[in-house]
Amino acid sequence: MTRTLSGIAASNGIALAKAFRLETPDLTVEKKAIDDADQEVLRFEAALAKASAELETIKERTAAQISDKEAAIFGAHLLVLSDPELVGPITEKIKSDTVNAEFALKETSDMFIAMFEAMDSDYMKERAADIRDVTKRVTAHLLGVTIQNPSLIEEEVIILAEDLTPSDTVQLNPEFVKGFITDIGGRTSHSAILARTLEIPAVVGAKKVMETIENGTFIIVDGLKGVVIIDPDAAVIAEYEEKKAAYDRQKAEWAKLKNEATVTADGHPVELGANIGTPKDATGAVDNGAEAIGLYRTEFLYMGRDAFPTEEEQVEAYSAVLKAMDGKPTVVRTLDIGGDKELTYLDLPKELNPFLGLRAIRLCLEMPDMFRTQLRALLRASVHGNLKIMFPMIATLEEFRAAKALVMEEKEKLAAESIAVSDSIEIGIMVEIPSTAVMADTFAKEVDFFSIGTNDLIQYTMAADRMNENVSYLYQPYNPAILRMVKMVIDASHKEGKWTGMCGEMAGDEIAIPILLGLGLDEFSMSASSILKAREQISKLSKAEMASHTERILALATAEEVETYVKEIM
Amino acid sequence: MTEKQFVITDEAGIHARPASALVGSLSKFKSDITMEFNGKKVNLKSILGVMSLGVSSGSTVTIAADGEDEEQAIAQITEVMKNEGLSN
Repeated sequence: MTRTLSGIAASNGIALAKAFRLETPDLTVEKKAIDDADQEVLRFEAALAKASAELETIKERTAAQISDKEAAIFGAHLLVLSDPELVGPITEKIKSDTVNAEFALKETSDMFIAMFEAMDSDYMKERAADIRDVTKRVTAHLLGVTIQNPSLIEEEVIILAEDLTPSDTVQLNPEFVKGFITDIGGRTSHSAILARTLEIPAVVGAKKVMETIENGTFIIVDGLKGVVIIDPDAAVIAEYEEKKAAYDRQKAEWAKLKNEATVTADGHPVELGANIGTPKDATGAVDNGAEAIGLYRTEFLYMGRDAFPTEEEQVEAYSAVLKAMDGKPTVVRTLDIGGDKELTYLDLPKELNPFLGLRAIRLCLEMPDMFRTQLRALLRASVHGNLKIMFPMIATLEEFRAAKALVMEEKEKLAAESIAVSDSIEIGIMVEIPSTAVMADTFAKEVDFFSIGTNDLIQYTMAADRMNENVSYLYQPYNPAILRMVKMVIDASHKEGKWTGMCGEMAGDEIAIPILLGLGLDEFSMSASSILKAREQISKLSKAEMASHTERILALATAEEVETYVKEIM
Repeated sequence: MTEKQFVITDEAGIHARPASALVGSLSKFKSDITMEFNGKKVNLKSILGVMSLGVSSGSTVTIAADGEDEEQAIAQITEVMKNEGLSN
């Protein structure tokens, strides 16, 4: 029987395929006495061999599909698996204590885990996770249960999960993974952003997916509407095959706009940029018709590794992006870590309210050596293109001045070392804290540009955690409070001859675009996959006409009224 | 027995990636191979042993090989140390 579930539309597109549940099996181990120790040792060795063969395959797949660096993690796991100091004591224990292999394995690996966790260095503490991972894999083979590995999938599937972590998603093979659905999360959660980067349809926050859908069930994910259809009948399948084809045709139409400029129906040019996370994404941005990089999130350079990236590594990454953009504006956001983004090698105290805590520019100013390394790398890379440096989470003018002073100091040092630095680097800020939006007129005298980060600006203005589903109704981009603030920022920048961009999700939203155009936004930065659609929409809108609606829109009382109004004039 | 000392120059010390390369290159040798640091000696064929030493940048380790192929083993270690940027 056909049933449907609804959630949040997180990434455009439609997919039809079998469901693949990504879940962790029960790996509880009990202590049991055994009769035949030799037989038990053989059983243990067989489990080791299976785990090892599995890891070899995962390692090869990861190397082929992702990178050698990611694959190296599994190489380290293989070494742990064959470690004489681990395997030896387990075999001994099975024989001397006549206990089951699962228990001997648990006791021995627990000892190593405790030893690594007791070490001073955070890096060493992390190694405990490797041992835990390997132990889980062998235990699963001993218990005869399966640990799923998305990189081993060999047919077209739609992934179902409670939530997807960045390490889960890194293993997804876009060749077979046609879409995904999660129980928790919102439009701005990691899994949603990743789906848009991979350009596969996704529905998140669907709540009852894991409870309702069994492995192998045929399902449809409609990432345009946020709907999941379970066990559809032939008529529904035909209907969605047609919708999918229509969407694909539409995408092909948009592709024709790739090399066109973005100009409104009444002849005003605006700039459409892409938000990227890695140097590799810059190529995807250009392929999707980006006229700029409106946001390069440098934190990914710092994540998933053992230590801070060196100055040289950073110069290489920033130069790669600047070169790929070939002189087009490239806004690089300095490190935005803290909040929900942690670094394993940086031991930050646990905070009660991490989103209101020591994060982004606050942390960088607290750790000036780390920050200076990044600034120096940016300055050195600047000769390769059109670099603009942007500081995140600026709340006060003092923070901006302190950060800018560090840039200037590093620039002078480089000049003293006769290292070339571009002399036309703009320095701007993210506007994502209400205090900064309110003081935009004062900031505009000192910064070169603003970029409005709507995800955080909405969260801080509405005092609603964007990860908390219970208050997700307060994530209201069209709320007049947000729109009035956006207007203040744009007007303030124009008064000083500066420009304002927007790099939050709102910039690519079809209801928001007409409003933002009317407010005079200069640059719209979004997921690369949204650019061509936005270009088409803007080409049909008149800026003057949209501006004539601004006053009425800002006088409306609720987000819902704004949405209704815009739909009527469109 | 053949012994050799190495000064670790990698700024992160002996961390997972080079440690894996080092341990991984030794399985073919018959000799017993150990690494000593700070008065603690571990089996160099054990990744957990090597990692548990927590060797930091700038420290000196003593590697000893004992067996029929001990000289080849030390030569191999010297090469891996250099290739992985652990020591000159």
